[in-house]
Amino acid sequence: MAAAAAALLLLLLAAAAGPGRVGAGRARRDALREELLLSPLPAGDVAATFQFRTRWDADLPRGAGLAVLLKAERLFHSSYHSQAVHIRPICRDASCLAVSWELRQTLTVVFDTFSSGQGKKDWSLFKMFSRTLTDACPLASQSKVYVDISPKNKEKELLEVTPAPASVYEAIVQGDKRTYAVYDLLSPSLFNTSRSLNVQLKWKRPQDTELPTPVLHAQRYVSGYGLQTGEISTLIYNTHPYRAFPVMLLETVPWYLRLYVHTLTIITKGKENKPSYIHYQPAQDRRRPHLLEMLIQLPANSVTKITIQFERALLKWTEYTPDPNHGFYVSSSVLSALVPSVIAMKDVDVEQSPLFTSLFPSSDGSSYFVRLYTEPLLVNLPTPDFSMPYNVICLTCTVVAVCYGSFYNLLTRTFHVEEPSRGGLAKRLANIIRKFRGVPPL
Amino acid sequence: MGLLSDPHCRRALSRLVLRLNTPLCALSYVMGLGWFLALAFQPLAPRTYMSENAMGSTMVEEQFLFGERALSYAREFAGHKKKAGGMPVAWLEKTMWSLGLEVHRQPFARTLPFPDETRERYMVKGTNVYGILRAPRAASTESLVLSVPCTEGPHNNQAVGLMLALAAYFRGQIYWAKDIIFLVNEHDLLGMEAWLEAYHDVNVTGEVRSSGTLGRAGAIQAAISLELSSDVVTSFDVAVEGLNGQLPNLDLLNLFHAFCQKNGLLCTIQGKLPRSDWDSLPAYAHSLQTLLLMVLAQASGRPRGDHGLFLRYRIEAITLRGINSFRQYKYDMTTVGKTLEGMFRKLNNLLERLHQSYFFYLLPSLSRFVSIGIYMPAFGFLLLVLILKISFLGGREAGEGQAAPSGPGMDSRPGLLALVPPLLICQAAGLALYCLPVLGQRVATQHFPVSEAEAVVLTAIAIYVAGMALPHSTHRVLAGAGSDRGWMTLKLLALLYLALQLGCLALLNFSLGFLLAATMVPAAAAVQPNGPRVLLAVLLVLATPAATLLLGIFLQRELVEAPAAAGEGWQLFLAAVGEGLLQHHLYGALPFPFLALCAYPAWLLLWNVLFWK
Repeated sequence: MAAAAAALLLLLLAAAAGPGRVGAGRARRDALREELLLSPLPAGDVAATFQFRTRWDADLPRGAGLAVLLKAERLFHSSYHSQAVHIRPICRDASCLAVSWELRQTLTVVFDTFSSGQGKKDWSLFKMFSRTLTDACPLASQSKVYVDISPKNKEKELLEVTPAPASVYEAIVQGDKRTYAVYDLLSPSLFNTSRSLNVQLKWKRPQDTELPTPVLHAQRYVSGYGLQTGEISTLIYNTHPYRAFPVMLLETVPWYLRLYVHTLTIITKGKENKPSYIHYQPAQDRRRPHLLEMLIQLPANSVTKITIQFERALLKWTEYTPDPNHGFYVSSSVLSALVPSVIAMKDVDVEQSPLFTSLFPSSDGSSYFVRLYTEPLLVNLPTPDFSMPYNVICLTCTVVAVCYGSFYNLLTRTFHVEEPSRGGLAKRLANIIRKFRGVPPL
Repeated sequence: MGLLSDPHCRRALSRLVLRLNTPLCALSYVMGLGWFLALAFQPLAPRTYMSENAMGSTMVEEQFLFGERALSYAREFAGHKKKAGGMPVAWLEKTMWSLGLEVHRQPFARTLPFPDETRERYMVKGTNVYGILRAPRAASTESLVLSVPCTEGPHNNQAVGLMLALAAYFRGQIYWAKDIIFLVNEHDLLGMEAWLEAYHDVNVTGEVRSSGTLGRAGAIQAAISLELSSDVVTSFDVAVEGLNGQLPNLDLLNLFHAFCQKNGLLCTIQGKLPRSDWDSLPAYAHSLQTLLLMVLAQASGRPRGDHGLFLRYRIEAITLRGINSFRQYKYDMTTVGKTLEGMFRKLNNLLERLHQSYFFYLLPSLSRFVSIGIYMPAFGFLLLVLILKISFLGGREAGEGQAAPSGPGMDSRPGLLALVPPLLICQAAGLALYCLPVLGQRVATQHFPVSEAEAVVLTAIAIYVAGMALPHSTHRVLAGAGSDRGWMTLKLLALLYLALQLGCLALLNFSLGFLLAATMVPAAAAVQPNGPRVLLAVLLVLATPAATLLLGIFLQRELVEAPAAAGEGWQLFLAAVGEGLLQHHLYGALPFPFLALCAYPAWLLLWNVLFWK
């Protein structure tokens, strides 16, 4: 996994900077910061986020430090994973005369504790990765493991984490106060007692079934049946107890769903909710999709339902995908909002704080930014049966149409037997002559 | 073409049709029936085969081993069901939660248009509980459904148990590409309709009230409804007929059949085992029985299981029923679970919706099918009778029109305008038959000592019978009665109307169209005012849709080898009428409105022809 990612990065680098520069600089020990964040999710799963930040010209970790945990068989035995690469310029020194390139790789994996833990929600590093940590990466200047041990609902501790952490870090993440147990792999005391670090987490009592809901969440689906019309419905929930906030909704819908904009309704708590800003760009067939952007105010503790009806277009037969009966995807709509937080946040020094805080950017002290992507939709369009029977039907219809026309013609027309006229040629000649003379024909 | 454009040939052809009309009609009718009976003959019905590539073979290694666990879940469920006196919602939610599913509940309420006496319900309140198994690393765009009805009494507990055991097993696997919804629906079809309408956020039948926020899992690709009431099974019966005679894609049935064969399970359709031989007379009779049962079930238009309502939403679905009879060899839950696991894993592999195989078919046995191209000619021959008769009447009229333009009989020939009153009156009778029973139930219960349900059924029958007295009143309105031409025009209209209806119906629901055609066509073709009137009247009464329904009930009981006596048959008939009305109002079934608004008025027109003065 790590090797594959590193190889990919080297390729990227080669493309960007040309071959001669690859690995030209000597690796410096302070070049690399690596970090593993483990946080139990409300439903009982565990999210693990690896971050490696380094200077562009430094070597990437291979087979040491946190990277030993990256084993493909375990990483893909999971509910979710996402990979990201960020490259940005940073100053080499305070005067900022020379610029380095910073590279950050992020890998987030959600482990399904159900399928791996036989129904138990306790977990450990070994259970998740079938590996334990033995040492820090020799290149790393910082190598830390953070475990989220925040108490839920301000009650007493539900979680028990072993071995006991040397220090605890507190941060405010997405309007919520979090406590993290910190294990510094570079501190020699960690590997003194045992040869390896295997962080374990136990639930002291079974979790209750009520999940804490996020302040802003959304659901989208297609309603209706049949292949003519349908409706796209989006439900946006604001579960904040007393604060209303606006949300920006961006929808791009492919042109083959012909939206009826006059059917756009936004209903909150049974009343119509007028968006304060609407930008709509209609689709052009085969050129561009519909673009709908709206700023909607979400009242506190409410559900907002946005519906818009559409008609399914008939595509040309070459425009269907090779698997037309699978349906066509409609990409997710994007919700962006500044969600008011419950706890005041203080600005933190980006360089000193753990790497993972950069995953949750905050704009100011009272709110934090959230961008949500709803589910993509799968919509069936009217699809001809692209098979032999379809050809037969087309052919039959053509034949029937041709036959029907002539048959109907024969059935409705009355026929008279006409006596063949005598002297046709002579008469025609005479008429031509009469025409030249300007006399009416015979 | 030359045949028709040559006036001599044309005249000869029309003379042939006119002169040989009755023999041609009889021949065509016999051909139609004969063709239909031949459908059960094995060479006409090819073997079923899997068309969908993604489900091509049964090469899945099933690893479900938790039959015992299923039974313990079933016992636990039965205990909680008894304690709760209905659906144990809280227990189900807790159990599904502990299995690691995303659990949702959907309360619903529905008031029936009139009390349903066979199932004893009127104001229905219930809750559907379902758990969604989210596929790992997928975006919840597609899903499969395993549904189990929670019925009253000790039925279906094992199905719930097996479903929970399967859910527990499926949860631990990582190969799922589609979400799987495990649904327990209360009040069988009512709950299913409520759930489907809420899931698709539509209101088809009106008045279903459901609440709560629903979890969704994208477009449902296929659904299987399971009914099991015993710890071991001897065989599985599969039901395919859905609402309005809609059928699932044949591939879903093939899939079930393939896995039954793989696991050595006995499976039946219409309760009939497939026979291995085909060239003997008993084998032919056997497949004809199966075929007739399917035709009758499809013609009734009512779903033969909870799967039937899925089909409206273009979700392929079948119902599997575990049967425990006196056979020697029994299968345990593990085998049943393995079969279901195999089916779900194959459905999970689907890249597209099931569309490769047939949607229109008849099944003389589980392993053989008759496709639409083969069974349609049987109906075509029956319709040809009407067309021949129509051309005969049209030809006669044209001939008379040519012969008698100089005659003084202008006053005795009614124009088309004069035929409007009987048409309108017949249509109004149909409308009354459609609307009055449900609207007038309150009035009926006040004046007569009957319950609401009885009142509805008896009102319907009363209006139906009263319609037969219409010819006496329509004659007063008719100005130009008394001529041959009048009744011929009326009959021509009635036949055209009937042919059009039957032609459209057979495309939607072949079985209903064929049964109505087989009974109504001979009477419709033969009816005329100046023949043996009593004989024709008896024939016409026998051909009315209500009589067809009664005959269908007797035939069905005969075919399942439980013949009904006359009294019992009558009771069944009354129940079927009430059921038809309910199905229409609750799920939007079409046979009742079709019979009341289309077939009955057409029949009344023929009745008017018979009593033309």
